[in-house]
Amino acid sequence: MSEIPELKTTDSTPKTVTRRRFILGVIASGGVVAAANYKFISSAVHGQMSSAGERLITINVNGMQRRVDVMKQETLAWTLRYKLGLTGTKLGCDRAECGACTVLIDDVPHYSCSTLTHTVRGRKVTTVEGLASADGKLHPVQQAVVDEQGFQCAFCMSGFLMSAVGFLKANPNPTRTELAHGISGNLCRCQDYNKILDAMMRGAEYMRRA
Amino acid sequence: MLENGRKEASKPGGKDRQYGAGYKLIGKNYPTNDLLAKVTGKAKYAEDFRAEGMLFCRLVLSPVPHARIKSVHLDDALAIPGVKAILTADDIPAPADSLNDNGTVIKASKWGERALTNEPVYMGDPILAVAAVDELTCAEAIEKIRIDFEHLPFVIDPLESLRPGGPNAREDGNVWVRPEPPNPPIPQLTEVKWTEQDFAEYDQGRLPMGHAPDEWSLGDIDAGFKNAALILDETFITPDVSHQCLEPRTAMAYWQNGKLFLHSGTQSTFQTKPAIAKWMNMDVDKIVFISEYTGGGFGSKITGGLTMIIPALLSKKLNAPVMMRISREEEHCIGRARPSLAGRMKIGFAKDGRITAIDMFTVCNSGAYDAQGDGASAARIVSLLYQPPAMRQRAISVMTNTPPRSAQSAPGGMQGIAIIEPILSKAARKLGVDQVALRRVNCPEGKAEFGAAVKGKRGHTTSCFLKEALDRGAAQFNWQEKAARQPKRIGTKARGVGVSLSCYVGGTVGFDGLLVITPQGRVQFQSGIGNLGTESVIDVHRAGAEALGVPWEVCDVVWGDTSKHLPYTCASGGSQTTHAMSRASFAVANECKQKLKEIAAKSLGGKPEDYEVANQRVFRKGGGAGLSFAQAAQRAIQLGGIYDGHDVTPDVNKQTKASVANLAGQGLVVSAKDKYPHDGQTFSYVASFAEVEVDVETGKYHILDFLAYADVGTVMHPAALGGQILGRTTLGIAHAIGQKWVYDPHYGVPVAKRFYQNRPPTILDVPVDMQWEALDIPDPETPVGARGVGEPPVGGGCAAILNALSDAVGDEIFRRAPVNSDTILTSLEARRPMQHPLMAHI
Repeated sequence: MSEIPELKTTDSTPKTVTRRRFILGVIASGGVVAAANYKFISSAVHGQMSSAGERLITINVNGMQRRVDVMKQETLAWTLRYKLGLTGTKLGCDRAECGACTVLIDDVPHYSCSTLTHTVRGRKVTTVEGLASADGKLHPVQQAVVDEQGFQCAFCMSGFLMSAVGFLKANPNPTRTELAHGISGNLCRCQDYNKILDAMMRGAEYMRRA
Repeated sequence: MLENGRKEASKPGGKDRQYGAGYKLIGKNYPTNDLLAKVTGKAKYAEDFRAEGMLFCRLVLSPVPHARIKSVHLDDALAIPGVKAILTADDIPAPADSLNDNGTVIKASKWGERALTNEPVYMGDPILAVAAVDELTCAEAIEKIRIDFEHLPFVIDPLESLRPGGPNAREDGNVWVRPEPPNPPIPQLTEVKWTEQDFAEYDQGRLPMGHAPDEWSLGDIDAGFKNAALILDETFITPDVSHQCLEPRTAMAYWQNGKLFLHSGTQSTFQTKPAIAKWMNMDVDKIVFISEYTGGGFGSKITGGLTMIIPALLSKKLNAPVMMRISREEEHCIGRARPSLAGRMKIGFAKDGRITAIDMFTVCNSGAYDAQGDGASAARIVSLLYQPPAMRQRAISVMTNTPPRSAQSAPGGMQGIAIIEPILSKAARKLGVDQVALRRVNCPEGKAEFGAAVKGKRGHTTSCFLKEALDRGAAQFNWQEKAARQPKRIGTKARGVGVSLSCYVGGTVGFDGLLVITPQGRVQFQSGIGNLGTESVIDVHRAGAEALGVPWEVCDVVWGDTSKHLPYTCASGGSQTTHAMSRASFAVANECKQKLKEIAAKSLGGKPEDYEVANQRVFRKGGGAGLSFAQAAQRAIQLGGIYDGHDVTPDVNKQTKASVANLAGQGLVVSAKDKYPHDGQTFSYVASFAEVEVDVETGKYHILDFLAYADVGTVMHPAALGGQILGRTTLGIAHAIGQKWVYDPHYGVPVAKRFYQNRPPTILDVPVDMQWEALDIPDPETPVGARGVGEPPVGGGCAAILNALSDAVGDEIFRRAPVNSDTILTSLEARRPMQHPLMAHI
């Protein structure tokens, strides 16, 4: 399916977001509670009407052309999770600190919490759901995690997997230290790094053999 | 990192060893039942659920550290299209009183935390919750809310609160005390102020020691100090450290036919349901709690998070599902943290390093709300781990206007070990005793005693083989060679090695097992354990499968949903689970064997004892007639009563009975209570070894090598065990190398509240080939021999690094953890400790 050529807003009166500031002076009596750090994101969950300011675009996710209404300021993580039902991508911090939301964009790992969805039009997005092949055969790195019992709570796992797959595509034969550097943009709070590295090194080996 | 001839990717010691001799399942690696869903992204955590018409809600957090809300103005916010409701503290039900296991009514504390409050006691305390069609609308609405605050005094540093005339965190007090029996042991808030004289040594960086409500002593302390060859008296401070679970305490709720369905993370699927009933003040039977996957807990989600009732209440009010996403900054405020301890210890040593007496004093920063007992817990662990013949401990737990604390992996144990270990290292250097030898001479062994005497008798451990772990660990780490290496400094690089003992509680008893053999012949274990990724939720049932003699392929584990009928289960806190629930699983498997034999006797004649169970069959001893498990299950349904769950053994918990009743008729339904004998209290132990390299020109250091050698009883699942030993070790290391809170004491606001300001260790902070190993000696007081593992490594992680640092750069560099580059650099240049230990939050 080809992309809609003309990008129109679906609503002519886009919602404006007031500038929010948080000032320590709020401590003065009767201060207004500032909504610092709230997400300025709308959702259209399960058949709700498109929210104001959204426009229809097409993005390629896991090999499929997906048409989706997005807002200008909408992040890829939000689109994936709340509009395309791809909840394998996790939000751990929503501000490029933890890497739980890492996806591949044209085979390069990116934090999807800090990538605007409209910037990936025409590019190839891969999420954890797109790693295994259609017949259910696991990606070599996924298989390695199963074989090594890698990760504990696994909230960070999809991000690590995408980082590792992206890194290994460019660096198929890393040392343990090189691989650690390659996936160092991801945090594991269970701190299961040794077992993660075991699994990822095995994944590298499986990828080379595949 | 690779110089010095060390081979990269040398595999950890635990990796190639075989465990579980004589067992088919115990001690063997296997892919856990939850792994495929995790690795494909199909595993659903709380924020991954959707429901038709789902609304969103956002919290309004207090912008000030302590205030009373005079009025809130919500009309403008409610007028915004799409805003559905605003929940206030007045909408929160009064928490119900609860019954303890003895049937005693525990009154809800008047100081207890509520989901929303009209008197915020820390910056970040939730005040309101706004529900709307989406989060943007919630944010718009929050902009329009006006709140009038009456500002109240606040305090960030517990010592400031203890000063004469110092501020109290709440108007009615600043210090928690536990009333004397026969009053219920619920901590009460009272006011304690020390004298100016108590603070006389403060400026010299020595912890003041005024009145402390919690005190015990043991042996003759004066004689112990009198006979000492060396006495050290040191002050040391441990940091406040957030749990920072990667999954914040997001929750989603909806109601259906009068029942509440609640999705959130937890450390115990089973125990969270009654907690929700208490917070909601509602009938426990009207709650379905779903938590198949939880993104980390570490003590902060023992029964989930209190705030999960906010979407439940909004959902009830609005008759629509409500998702409450928690942001990382909100998680910093409401996500719990380990309390810092300011500690002072005077220790007497004999010439050989044997401890003759310990006098220990701790000030615990309890934060807002509940009393934290980390100081008392620290003393108990110290008394066990170093076996002093004489000891006095004094502890005081102070409330401050900082986020609420809770247990964090090895609560108190981690801090106690971090406080004492640097003193032991210093003593060893002063006495000329090898560091390992000094630990060895003080190391507990066998049925070791600990704590204060209660009614003339001290508690003792079930077993302790820590000396063996220390010896084997020292050999594996090449301790002698590394410690003797000269010179310690080459160019700007100084190397150091450190060793630490470590331990924490490792198990409880008395919970229930529940299984079903289905008419298809499958063995289905019901698991009430929370799924935190430690895999105990699955692993413990390998003990039951082993006892039944069935291959794992015919076993299923049901977990993560209270509507699936779960047995009475411990919370996964205090490293109880592996011990407690492997016992329960073992008990129910043996009860199942008995039931199978009874069914065979009823069906084929003879007595139950004429039969045996093997190869998924029950059959006459020596061969002959028998039933397959599938046939026996079908027969159980025909027999009914005690066999298919229409009747239940009287000694299991009433919730287990309810689950049995709900499973009735589905096959052979068996429940059993763990009644195995158990002499002593269960602890697990770790000997930790670290090597660091410090650049004395920059103060930067990194960890070259680490080994954690564990005494955790029988190894159940090596891969999961290794993950726990090194994972929790690294959680401990974080306290040594960088994690801490920073506050602006003038405004009472946190400065470090995100990952980049308060970062847990990354993969680059630890060696790429950290090592673990375990003795695999069964604990004699539990049938499976397995003890818990989560918490025991934590203190050793922190202390081994601190000890390695002081070996590298000397004793007079740091007086508090974490030790940062600037700590090292400035102190080395000035030739004295440059960071005042008691200036908290700076």
